Amino acid sequence: MSNAVTERRIERRRFVADLLAGVPDALVVTGLGSPSYDVFAAGDRDENFYLWGAMGAAVPVGLGLALAQPDRSVVVVTGDGEQLMGIGSLGTVGACEPANLTVVVLDNGHFGETGMQRSHTSLGTDLAAVARGFGIADSFRVENHDGVTGVIERIRARSGPAFAQVLISAEEPPRVLPPRDGVFVKNRFRAALGLAPF
Amino acid sequence: MAEQAWQKEAFDVLLEGGVRQIAYVPDAGHAYSIREAISSPEIQDVVLTTEEEGVGVVAGAWLGGRRAVLLMQSSGVGNCVNMFSLLENCRFPFLTLITMRGEYAEFNPWQSPMGRRTQGVLELMGIRVYRADAPDEVGEVVSAAVDSAFLAGEQVAVILGQRLIGRKKWEGN
Repeated sequence: MSNAVTERRIERRRFVADLLAGVPDALVVTGLGSPSYDVFAAGDRDENFYLWGAMGAAVPVGLGLALAQPDRSVVVVTGDGEQLMGIGSLGTVGACEPANLTVVVLDNGHFGETGMQRSHTSLGTDLAAVARGFGIADSFRVENHDGVTGVIERIRARSGPAFAQVLISAEEPPRVLPPRDGVFVKNRFRAALGLAPF
Repeated sequence: MAEQAWQKEAFDVLLEGGVRQIAYVPDAGHAYSIREAISSPEIQDVVLTTEEEGVGVVAGAWLGGRRAVLLMQSSGVGNCVNMFSLLENCRFPFLTLITMRGEYAEFNPWQSPMGRRTQGVLELMGIRVYRADAPDEVGEVVSAAVDSAFLAGEQVAVILGQRLIGRKKWEGN
């Protein structure tokens, strides 16, 4: 099977801004690096949980959260490198099948934070096929900006899990930095859910 | 290995302590809890491909207001090291139950390097370690760990010594 990516052209900031504008009630977990900056640039929210480390944790954190909050839509926004490091977690999502979890991988085919080295998704890995193989039946590729609508619809529907591989260009927009105080981010997220600090 | 009374006690204490998600990489010593988690409608079971996922899963559960526990074998602690940074940075309450290999009457030398360093690795990463080696200690120690994690917000591991689990029969009859 050859399903090689031929072109990556989606503007990441615009895509993420339009995505989040379409799901104002969603709980959002971001993978470290550029996806955290993209989500923060779209507007800081108490319901955002930004990772600055723990590479590979974005989907596991999103999964634990989705299982704990079955009536809320949970969105993980991460990059190809972060997803590759936690690739097995897609199998764990496939096993649990949380209807309210959508994973959005911003795939530029590169490790952007460390000097734009090529990642596996430039060298043969087909992420959407991997996710499907792990049991997430609704795994698909988004090749142009208008595809944001379909991702929004899935997040709202909570009939997942769903996995979107979004083909973004390898541009590097200016960094905008979300808060790095994990305790603060955790406690304000919990407060937004009506939960006490800790 | 036959399931023993302490296995049921450990699970009952978790349930009474409000734990509602059990993330795990299997081990014989956790067999009772895993089976109960799968069959109980009150508890969500999460089978992991690697233990480090479990650190993220239980943190995410807490973020969403649920108490969770990570069950693993001593070898899995080594897989988790960088992921533990999530716990320290965000001060997530954390509870893990760890069955030991590579110590008492171990047959397989490949278990030994991680087994000898399990407690040290946990402590290096800022996790408080409780330990139970006798069957009648397990319920009390797990209960203490539940309080430390969810009442004091600590990061806590309970090591279940290999002597509890008994000798693994490898050869002959």
